[in-house]
Order: sequence, then C-alpha cells, then structure tokens
Amino acid sequence: MPGGSSAQGAAGIAKFRGVIGFAAFLAVWEVLPVVGLLPARYFPPFHEVLAAMGGNLGSPVFWRSVLYTAEAWFLGLSIAFAAATLVGLVLGSIPVLWRYTESTIEFLRPIPSVALIPLAVLMFGIDIKSALLLIVYAAFWQILIQILYGVKDVDPVALDTARVYGLGRWSRIRYVSWPTALPYAITGFRLGASVALVIAVTAELVIGNPGIGHQVALAQSAMALPEMYSLVITAGVMGVLVNILARLIERKLLGWHQSVRADT
Amino acid sequence: MKSRLARALTVFLLPGALFVLWFAISDSSGNFFFPPLRKILSAFADVWLDAGSASDIVPSLLRLAAGFSASLVFALTVGILLGSSKVARDYTEPVFEFFRAIPPTVMIPVLLVISGIGDVSKIVVISFGCLWPMLLNTVEGVRSADPVLNDTCRVYGIGGLRRLLVFTLPAASPQIVTGMRTGLSIAIVLMVISEMFASRNGIGFTIIQFQRTFAIPEMWSGILLLGLIGVALSLLMRVVELSVLYWYEGARARS
Repeated sequence: MPGGSSAQGAAGIAKFRGVIGFAAFLAVWEVLPVVGLLPARYFPPFHEVLAAMGGNLGSPVFWRSVLYTAEAWFLGLSIAFAAATLVGLVLGSIPVLWRYTESTIEFLRPIPSVALIPLAVLMFGIDIKSALLLIVYAAFWQILIQILYGVKDVDPVALDTARVYGLGRWSRIRYVSWPTALPYAITGFRLGASVALVIAVTAELVIGNPGIGHQVALAQSAMALPEMYSLVITAGVMGVLVNILARLIERKLLGWHQSVRADT
Repeated sequence: MKSRLARALTVFLLPGALFVLWFAISDSSGNFFFPPLRKILSAFADVWLDAGSASDIVPSLLRLAAGFSASLVFALTVGILLGSSKVARDYTEPVFEFFRAIPPTVMIPVLLVISGIGDVSKIVVISFGCLWPMLLNTVEGVRSADPVLNDTCRVYGIGGLRRLLVFTLPAASPQIVTGMRTGLSIAIVLMVISEMFASRNGIGFTIIQFQRTFAIPEMWSGILLLGLIGVALSLLMRVVELSVLYWYEGARARS
C-alpha cells in the first residue's frame, strides 16, 4: 500500500476523535430514550444496560456462557484450520487433483452452513457437536480457498532456482513454498476466525446450545431488555477480541512481510 | 473439440460421480436420518416446485432482495461521504467497527422485540447485518483511490456528479464488490435464521417445521434448496463482478 505513512501526531488525533465518536454514540443512546425520542420500552437508556453488564460480571452463568461460546469457537476453528490446511496442501500441490475437484469445491463453498441446522439438530441435539458441524463447515471453505491460492502463488522461477542451487524437497518447502503460502494461510485464519464466532453464536441462538447466543434468546423471551442489550454488546466485544487476536498472530508470524511492515 | 470435451470432463466428472454415488449408496438406506436421494428428490418436486410453495420461496427471496438493496444504497451513500472526509471517518470508524464485530444474528432477537415478526423486522435484520461489510469496504475503496487521479480530476475541474461517476465510483468499485460479496453471504444466513427463529412463512421456517415433524426427506429437500440458492446467488454475484470490474481484471492481468 503506497502512501500509508502518517505522522505520529495525526494518528493520535485520529484515535482521540474515535474516542469522542464512541462517547457521543453512547451519550445519544443514553439521552434519546430519556427525553422520549426513542421508546424506552424497547431502548433502555445506556446506564441501565451498563448496570446489567455490571451484574453479568458477577454472574457465574454469564461466564460459563462466554466459555461455552469460546470453546465451540476454538474447537471449530482448529478443526477447520487443520482440515483445510491438509486438504489445501494436497490439492494445491497436485495439479491433476485440483483440476478435477475445482468445480465441486466451487459448488459446495457457497452453500450456507445454516442450511445444515436441521440436520445438526436431528443428529446431535444441543450437544456441542451440532455447533461444531456448522462452524467447521462454514470456516473450512474460507480457509481452504486461501490455502489453495497460497500454494498456487509460489513463484515457479523461485522453485526452479532453489532446485538448481541444490535445495532438497524439504528445504524447498521450508524456504520457498512455506513463506509464500503463510500470508494466505493467515488471511484464511482471520476470515475463518470471525465466521466461526458468528456461526457459534448463531447455533446457540437457534439450536439452543449453551452459550452467549442462547442467553440472548432467553433474555429476549423474558423481555429483559437491558440484559439482552448487555449480552449483544458482550458478543460484539468477543468479536472485537477475535479480530485483535487474529491481528496479533498475523503480526507475530508475518513480521517480516511487506503487508505488515508497511502499516506499523 | 477434443480439449473442450476434456475440460467438460474435468468439470463434471467428480460432481457427477458424487451424485451417482450418493444416489446408489442411499437407495437402500434404512437410516432414518439419511433417506434415499430418490425420496429427497421427489420430495423436492412435491414441496418446492409446487405452485403452493411459491408462498415460501418468493417471500424469502423478496425479503433478501429488499434488505440487501436497502443496505447497498445506504452503504454507497454514506460510504462515499465518509470516504471523502478524513475527519468524519475518524469520528465514526470505531463505532462502525464495533457494529461490524457483533455477530449479526444476535440482532435478530433485538429487532424482533422492536419491530415484531413481520416482513419489516426481517428486512431490517437482513439490511443491518449486510450493511457493515459493504459500508466499511466502500469507505476504504473511496479513501484509497489513486491520489494522482484525484488531483487530475480537480485540475481539470471535474466535479459533482460527473466526478462521482467517472472517478469515485469506478475507483472504489473493486472494494465495493468485495463488500457486496461478503454482505450477500451474510444476508443469506440472516434470511434463513430470521425465519427459523420466528416466522410464519419462508424457506427457513418451512425447513424447521419439517425437522420438528420428522419429515426427513422434505427437510433434506429444503437443505438442497438452500444450497442451490446459495450457489445461484454466488453465480449472480460473479456475473455482476465481471460486468462491473471487467476493466479491473484486465488491468490487473496486464500489470
């Protein structure tokens, strides 16, 4: 990305404005229901939601729900990542195999994983396996496609050069293929990580697997609105944390790469 | 001629084989959850191709289209405004990034409370969910437009609507299309989930009814239908992409 260099001061101002913007949003949320511009029945003012969040922090049910969601997310993402990496490396490095499977992958990929919900319910009920089935299906394709791009992006000239210089098969993978494919694998991980969280929460909401999504549904049917909004915000915070985690991993593993070096 | 045949073979061999295999293996299946494909296909014809079930497919797709297009219009308008003002971007971006991070399906119960279980509430759910990727990608696309072209436009006195049409929109279109693709797949998920969660009609609603009444072949036919809709919409998206971005693919191939 050209022209990405911004002075330290400008970044500081941007951050400052961001905080102001966020504070303004919360202030509007607080004021509108109080002065009656939004119906307070449906939009409890922010301080009530904040109080509900405070209550959550001391509630074991809340923390257990967060852990359930995090567990489904982690397991689903790990399984999907391992499977997609394996399949992607095999398909990507054997052209014949890729040619014959491409159409099938392009067909299976856009199938929405939520279509499998009824099947997951019948087979596993509210066991974590039903959520995992959906999460793995959704995240697998995102990651697989990136791995395939990565393996195919390896420069043939670089590979030939390595071969001419007498690098063995293992060294070629280590020093040529792996560094090329890694940025793609990490992009896949980042995409998969956020999809996995969305689907984990969705499964809890619709199927009733224990977790944050299920708590939102419970709060909604009890019409406990401040509670419901506080749980929605919790889900948002989990989403932000997943993004931050993915960025951290990206920075750690790709510190040498152009894309990361450019924006620090 | 021969190479075209060979290509057709590489495209259709595996899907065809899988279909035949599924058909053959499942044909004598006694497993309650995995009925013969033959039965699923005949259920498909009965349930979805019947005129009566236009009452499910059509409302679902209309809600999807309404929610998605409302969102697109909003995302383009606001995205172009925000993209061209650094100050406005600085103030709004953290709030929008937070909204994007909320798993969109948890908004379903919220909007259900606010606007009931009618069409309006589902359209709002769908547009709320697909808004953020489209909005933030539009902002990013407008922001990162080539500064030299930008200055050139200014020097030549190209402004207003003309500037929007010849410079801003084309420059941002690769990013916008990326956002649309993400937005569309979120919209499909929300269409299905909002109907599964609370509804009186729609594909998601009907599939859950089949599941609850253990009408297994019918349920499978619904899964099949959702799969086909997903594939069809992604093909449609590909067509849009090719017609909007034909110049971009060309420019990229050259460089």
